[in-house]
Amino acid sequence: MSRHLRMLLALLGAIVLLPAVSVPAASSRPYAGVTVNVLTFTGPQIAEPLQRRGPAFTRLTGAKINVVTVPFSDLYQKILTDMVTGTNSFHAFVFAPQWMVDYVTPGYLEDITNRVKADSKLRWNDISPFFRDFSASFAGRTYTIPLDGDFQMVYYRSDQLQRAGLRPPETWDDYLKVAQALHRKDLNGDGRPDFGSCIAKKRNAQSYWMVWSVAADFLQSRGTSQGSFFDLDNFKPLTNNEAFAEALRIYVETGKYGPPDELNWDVGDSRAGFTSGRCALSIDWGDIGTLAIDPKTSKVKNKVGAVILPGTRRVLDRATGKLVDCTSANCPYAMNGVNHAPFAAFGGWSGGINKAAPARVKDAAYAFLSYMSQPAQANVDVTIGITGFNPYRVSQFKNMSLWVKAGMSSGAAKNYLGAIEASLNSPNMVLDIRIPQNQKYQQVVLDTAIAKLLAKETNIQQAMKEITDGWEAITNELGRDKQLQAYRSTLGVKR
Amino acid sequence: MLTDRNLRGTGSPNGPVPRLRLRLALAGWIDRQAKSLFLLPAVLLLVFLSIFPLILSVYLSLVRFQLVPGGFRFIFVGLANYRKLIVGIEREHFLGLLADPGPLIWALGGVIATVLLVFIIRGAARGTPAISGTAGRVVFALVAGTLAWLTIRTLTSGGRPGTLITTMIYVFVGITVQYWIGLTLAYLTSQRLPGRRFFRVIFLLPMMITPVAIAYTFRIIADLGKGPFAPAWRLLGLSEVSWVNYPWGARIVVMMGDIWQWTPFMFIVLLAALEAQPLELLEAAVVDGASRWQTFWRVTWPQILPVTSTLILIRMIEAFKIIDLPNVLTNGGPGTATESLTLHAFIAWRTLDIGGSAAVAYSLLFLVTFTALSYINLVHRRLAGAV
Repeated sequence: MSRHLRMLLALLGAIVLLPAVSVPAASSRPYAGVTVNVLTFTGPQIAEPLQRRGPAFTRLTGAKINVVTVPFSDLYQKILTDMVTGTNSFHAFVFAPQWMVDYVTPGYLEDITNRVKADSKLRWNDISPFFRDFSASFAGRTYTIPLDGDFQMVYYRSDQLQRAGLRPPETWDDYLKVAQALHRKDLNGDGRPDFGSCIAKKRNAQSYWMVWSVAADFLQSRGTSQGSFFDLDNFKPLTNNEAFAEALRIYVETGKYGPPDELNWDVGDSRAGFTSGRCALSIDWGDIGTLAIDPKTSKVKNKVGAVILPGTRRVLDRATGKLVDCTSANCPYAMNGVNHAPFAAFGGWSGGINKAAPARVKDAAYAFLSYMSQPAQANVDVTIGITGFNPYRVSQFKNMSLWVKAGMSSGAAKNYLGAIEASLNSPNMVLDIRIPQNQKYQQVVLDTAIAKLLAKETNIQQAMKEITDGWEAITNELGRDKQLQAYRSTLGVKR
Repeated sequence: MLTDRNLRGTGSPNGPVPRLRLRLALAGWIDRQAKSLFLLPAVLLLVFLSIFPLILSVYLSLVRFQLVPGGFRFIFVGLANYRKLIVGIEREHFLGLLADPGPLIWALGGVIATVLLVFIIRGAARGTPAISGTAGRVVFALVAGTLAWLTIRTLTSGGRPGTLITTMIYVFVGITVQYWIGLTLAYLTSQRLPGRRFFRVIFLLPMMITPVAIAYTFRIIADLGKGPFAPAWRLLGLSEVSWVNYPWGARIVVMMGDIWQWTPFMFIVLLAALEAQPLELLEAAVVDGASRWQTFWRVTWPQILPVTSTLILIRMIEAFKIIDLPNVLTNGGPGTATESLTLHAFIAWRTLDIGGSAAVAYSLLFLVTFTALSYINLVHRRLAGAV
């Protein structure tokens, strides 16, 4: 054969054989060529672990993960308008599970019940039953994968409280006393006076849960199914009575012992303030506990204690609207005569999938969210403060070595996990609202009214009226019976 | 085009035959329509991009957005969104908290009512275009009177201004200060002072900077515990103060940012106007022994009045739309103290209250149109026509 013909045959052979050689590699990267657009909020929390683990996921499966972020105040409507208008530029979302109600009703979120059942790597049953129920399911079907578990707690500087001979606050009056005692003292040795209490109070951010952490224990005392937001019979808001007024009075007073620009402090600022040693007390989700051991930014490593949300010795009597003393009848779950109501604020960031995404992209998106939640990844991420992910799996609570390895002393780990577990196991735990348009009730009406109260534009009576009237207006627009039914079903109240 | 030469020999002594007349007429008509035809694409584009959204927004302001199984729908609610703003749940947010009228407020109200009444009567007596003129004046008096009454009742103690009044404060105070500072700087730069070319450039710079950067800068400056002046404030013992945590402090900081940003606009236009003055008039004034102030007041000021009037009109229409500074500086806070009308509409839109957002936006449209038309008819015509 001529030399040219031989070369041509060799080339043809190579071309034919090449795909056969590369096929084995392709089957181990099932989503090669797929790009998944994930929408979440700016963070850096929540977005950080998604961005950090994206490349590893790409190496495993071939799918490219593209994380897009928007400010928290824009997230709800960005997700909704993307799906409602049919733009569908995002395939997966990491968002507040409360909003699931508004996304599932029109049929925009993918039902992942069967995928989850078939997914053994996810270790679904390792996830705490509460988060499986509240953060992932709606009307008996599963729509999201929990990535984070949420409870608000009070953090305190254990070293400063010890030095001053104070005990961790048990009631909100204790909280104010501790804040007052440590306000204007130098808490981090830099010569400048620091603050007794730092709470994120910025409007249009994530502050509207802090106020409910203070109020919930005044409003709910007979167990989770009593609910803390609305009356169970007529759906009237519980925001116009002596108890709520007292809660607001306390909340406003914390400002006396805080930084001068506390009204502009978002959670990033309050966390940074606490971990840089400038604050004696704070209210936050689990983040401060893990941020306190971050070697790069924390000045308070192993000087931080966490405690279940303080309570009250006087609670609301719903029949009269007055504050009454706690007795075994109206406060069956009181500890030391104090009614605690740990608030499962927000529910925990969870990942959902856009139903209108192409099938292969949905598969890839599910695989990514599952990957993020699997213990191999999740159990590391919940120990890192900057991720914004807090413990939600049983294995994360039981396995002390995870936390010690991350840098917490075993004492601090026991204290931190103990506070979360106490909240999780409390029979009087408060559920966040999951009724239609809950975002409007909280992020619009409540947030604005509290912002105005803190800015001294209104007084407590005016603020209470504003919240109550605003909530009633939304309820009347949407239908009182419908909202009441939805509220009862989320509380598990069957009447 | 058919000329006489072409027509020679084509018809009767009375002119071209009927068929030719038709062709002539048609050709003439096409010629006349040619102008409109060439403009048509641009006009269609304009209609599509501005008029169509305007009409759609009116529809949106009359509906409520609701999510339903399967998607969403718009429920027609008539004027409910507007009613909410003026008498309903959004009243305090939009108009503000009205203080109970005490004797001082009644007195001020009486003065305003008298002035407006005199205004109407004098206009009617002057006999300028009879009915339409008087009707216009009555409408003006009613709207201006209502706005003035609202302003008095919300700004006195016990009241709190809503987004409507806050926006008006931003516009009127802002423009006044911007104009006078701009005029001063322009006047100084138009003199033969050393370094005036350098300062001409420096004074222009703020207008080139993005509003977001300006908002952050002023926020840092206003926070006395941080920023470049913090050590000085600490010495004075004021480092625990933050302007933006008080309603009026925050409003003042927003206005400061706005003034800093837009004074260059006034400056550059007024500078051009000042330099366009004929030198002979100024020299004549000096020769006649006029002082500097007299020269300015008697010679320069009347000459720059038409420019001033136009400048203020342009800037005023733009100033009503302020959103970037209050949004970035304070998020509309503290509370809703610095929220402008556009920011109010934006926040409502962001919570998917589309009807409410459109209603606020249309209220802004009415306000701007009213103010601009009143300004043109009452002030601009007189000042611009003065020279």
